[in-house]
Amino acid sequence: SSNELKLNFKKSKEACLSYIQDALLQKQWKRAAEFLTCYVESLEKDYSREHIGPSEMIWRIGTEILWHHSQNRMKEFSCFMEQMKTLGVKRYLKVCLEHVFHLLCNGQIDEAYQNLSLAESWRFGEQTAIQDKEIKLIQAYRGLLDYCSWSKQKKILLEHGEDGFADLAVEQEMHGYFRKAAVNLKEIIKIPGVWDVFVKCYVDLLEFYGEHNEARQVLNEYAYNSKFPANPNAHVYLYQFLKRQGESKKSLISALKILHDIVPSHELMIDFNTMLQKSKKRKKRQLGLEVIFAALDYAGWKENAKAWSCLARQVKQIVISEKHLDWIKQEWNSRKDWWPDFHFSRYLAKRNWQENKSLSYEKALVAGILLGKDCKYFKYVSHQGCKARLKRFRILKKFVTRHNPVYLRISG
Amino acid sequence: RDFNERCAQCSEVNWGLTDGGRFYCRSCHNVTERTREVVNTDFITNSRVQTISKGLKKQEKTDGGCEWYICEGFQLVLKKQVEALEALGVCPQMKDEILCNFWRCYLQKSKQAYCKRPAGETVKALSVCESSTDVDSDPERPSLLHLLSLSESEGDLQTDCSFASSVSKVSESTSVYSGSVDGSLYLMKNQKEKLRMTMPMTLSFCYLALLWLREPITLSELLRFVVEGHIPYMNVFQHFPEKMKLCGLDLKIFCVESWPVYEEVFNKMHELAAFLDLPRFPDITESCFLHPDMLCMKYLMEANLPDELHNWTCRVVKKIGIGEVDFLTLMPGNKSTRKVKYDVLAAAVIVVVLKLLFLLDDHYEWLLSEFAEERNKNNTEGGPYFEFKKWYEVVKHSLDVEQKKLDEEKAKYLWRCEKPLFYSVKNKSKVLKRRQMVVNLQNQFGKLSGSVQRAEKPNPSSFQLSWSEENTDGSCFHGHSLKGVLQEKRGLLTAMNPDYWLCTVKLCNEKLCGHLAHYREVEFPQSYHFVLGLFSFLLRIQPSYIHDEVCMIEHRLFNKKLCKKLKYNTVLRK
Repeated sequence: SSNELKLNFKKSKEACLSYIQDALLQKQWKRAAEFLTCYVESLEKDYSREHIGPSEMIWRIGTEILWHHSQNRMKEFSCFMEQMKTLGVKRYLKVCLEHVFHLLCNGQIDEAYQNLSLAESWRFGEQTAIQDKEIKLIQAYRGLLDYCSWSKQKKILLEHGEDGFADLAVEQEMHGYFRKAAVNLKEIIKIPGVWDVFVKCYVDLLEFYGEHNEARQVLNEYAYNSKFPANPNAHVYLYQFLKRQGESKKSLISALKILHDIVPSHELMIDFNTMLQKSKKRKKRQLGLEVIFAALDYAGWKENAKAWSCLARQVKQIVISEKHLDWIKQEWNSRKDWWPDFHFSRYLAKRNWQENKSLSYEKALVAGILLGKDCKYFKYVSHQGCKARLKRFRILKKFVTRHNPVYLRISG
Repeated sequence: RDFNERCAQCSEVNWGLTDGGRFYCRSCHNVTERTREVVNTDFITNSRVQTISKGLKKQEKTDGGCEWYICEGFQLVLKKQVEALEALGVCPQMKDEILCNFWRCYLQKSKQAYCKRPAGETVKALSVCESSTDVDSDPERPSLLHLLSLSESEGDLQTDCSFASSVSKVSESTSVYSGSVDGSLYLMKNQKEKLRMTMPMTLSFCYLALLWLREPITLSELLRFVVEGHIPYMNVFQHFPEKMKLCGLDLKIFCVESWPVYEEVFNKMHELAAFLDLPRFPDITESCFLHPDMLCMKYLMEANLPDELHNWTCRVVKKIGIGEVDFLTLMPGNKSTRKVKYDVLAAAVIVVVLKLLFLLDDHYEWLLSEFAEERNKNNTEGGPYFEFKKWYEVVKHSLDVEQKKLDEEKAKYLWRCEKPLFYSVKNKSKVLKRRQMVVNLQNQFGKLSGSVQRAEKPNPSSFQLSWSEENTDGSCFHGHSLKGVLQEKRGLLTAMNPDYWLCTVKLCNEKLCGHLAHYREVEFPQSYHFVLGLFSFLLRIQPSYIHDEVCMIEHRLFNKKLCKKLKYNTVLRK
């Protein structure tokens, strides 16, 4: 029974750790360092039964403290990381990688590259096979740095090109970097994962050298292979690529459709809606309406004048044509309970009018159509607009008044 | 050997010692009743106790080490400890006479030295050593592994001792398993009868000697000095001479990784006293430091309570007879007398007195305090009345500060020392590398924290909290008066508080469950918990121990009333 009460090594170190944790959370780096000094002797004990051993603790805590406390003394930081590398074989590559990240954050690209190369050539019996993923990552990052070098060379080349000089050496170097980068980047993106930065760079390389087919393949894989985690950016990259390639609207639309499904509030939804509105196909135009309504469901879009103008344009067009009012009705059905308070309150009317007249114009149009000319928002804005003798507001007022019965059909 | 009396039967002077420690005449084999008395002999420091088994010479081993026995190690430890105590002011008699004689008596009784072993036993001891070096020592090996898994010290070393499985044949002595000759033997034998020596037991020895000399150090103080580093304990082995190589199982014996616990040291001390067949200890009388009256005075001062309370503690002590010489003095082996924890007892008396005067039911004491406050506001002459509330605030504040400091110290404590520990020669280089890394990291982060290398140990002091009457802020309550809580009845001063609540109506059977009562914070008033907490901090023990003593005192105090049938949980009228 008194065993639990004994103060022993383990308990003492546990207490020490919690003091370190508190200090870290409060950014008291000196105090954290003080307690860490007392904690390090845990290394001399065996903790193989614990989930996280002292060596890992010391690595992570020490990194935090040194990074924040002595930012100007990278040398000390690097020295510490070197020590940590020797502490655990199983963690060697991870520590190397993190060290590289810190070097990059500090702008020491060359050192980072050296460390990556060194880590890449590390061999340790069966550990090498076990830590295969880490090696791939290290290679990928080296590829990334190669890409950066390639970029630099490309820039130089283009500048020289303008001057009329053809610099063979630079060109050779550039191609060399390309080869090195491509090999490694290609490898990593084969493994399912989120590799946005690698994919972007790789595609950039491929496009430069005219390998459009390969680029398209890579992007398709990245976006559509179900083994890869769902990633909105994949679709964005694909879309941007297709746009650059001048692909048909059809393929552009299909690329963005999935993005709309995953992230209805994505900023590309405006482009999407614009494309869809112009489509000849009825279904596409209806989808466009759906898309823009869905985007405006999100608080981040409340004050986006462009989005409102898209919606306004489409709504206006439908009202004038008197066709497909049921589309509006369908979209409005699920929103009529909360959009009025969300977008069209009197408070917002005042604020929008004060801050952004175009925004209030577009919104007033939509409000007028959906809620009728007597709704708070429209009344206030149009009144203000007419008072200010702004022409378009007068026109707006006339338009909404003329089409007032529409809202009854919509809300009915 | 030193016994010079003539034999009653044959008048010869030719004595030997039986296994039982009695003198017998070699000429006529007359066994006397005289047991080996504790006699004044020279205490040769650092003596090599050679009489364990014949034939084993002290050879210099190839690595510069020598053969040494576990008990020699402990002897060194004791020597260091007693020297430290001397430096603290304990009289030199302790080292030269008392402790060394206790120790020699122990060695003799446990057959580790100062006695003749029957030849058979010696041979057996040797063969145990050798058989583990045999080719197929399979029956031995599991037992050694089993031995390693004995959870004497939280089984920490068990995971570190992976060498055990990797050790193959041993061709020489058992030095691979331990630096000492008998390390493995020491841990293996069934030691129930012989009271195997452990590190906590060294403190038991020290305390036994201190008690014999009636030195003014309580057990809780002794343990506190150990934790504060004034008495060597944690890494004592680093003071062993170079030639005494420590490795393997020795570490299990000499490296402790937990602080000694009061109960453990206390109980072992009593076991030891009985084992050594010691006579009745010198009397603890009223003028003795360990007498409740004296200790109460000390603790009252330290707890910042009014001096007037001392009258009350003396009254309680007298009433229940715990100030009697026979109650307080240690009689080893006497199972009927209660083993007295002097410090805990004194603290418990104070708690009982506070309950008597203030009730401590989270209500009455604050009420009394309000009255006192009123009186103090309106009437400044004649000295202030003691206000519980003010006292609580002042003491709690200091206590919290000290507790916080103590908690941080516990977290910052450095357990390892310069001398590295190897379990086998194999992992020596690994250990050294690790040690080097630890030192590097300590330097690196030590510089960052900007702190100087660990501050000097504070000087040992008997008082952890001190209050000065010279402070004008009124934070010292020693001189305050209890008039506010007392009333005069028939010429006697009694408490105004008419009630008392018992901590427990029925005491547990100590022998069965180890405690007289079971303390759970939620079941008792906050004030009571606070007071227990205060003394718990001062004595560095769990509140439940003090609670036990409080229960014991209460039951003695209200003995008569308890004998009558009582309803459970009633409040008694005094």
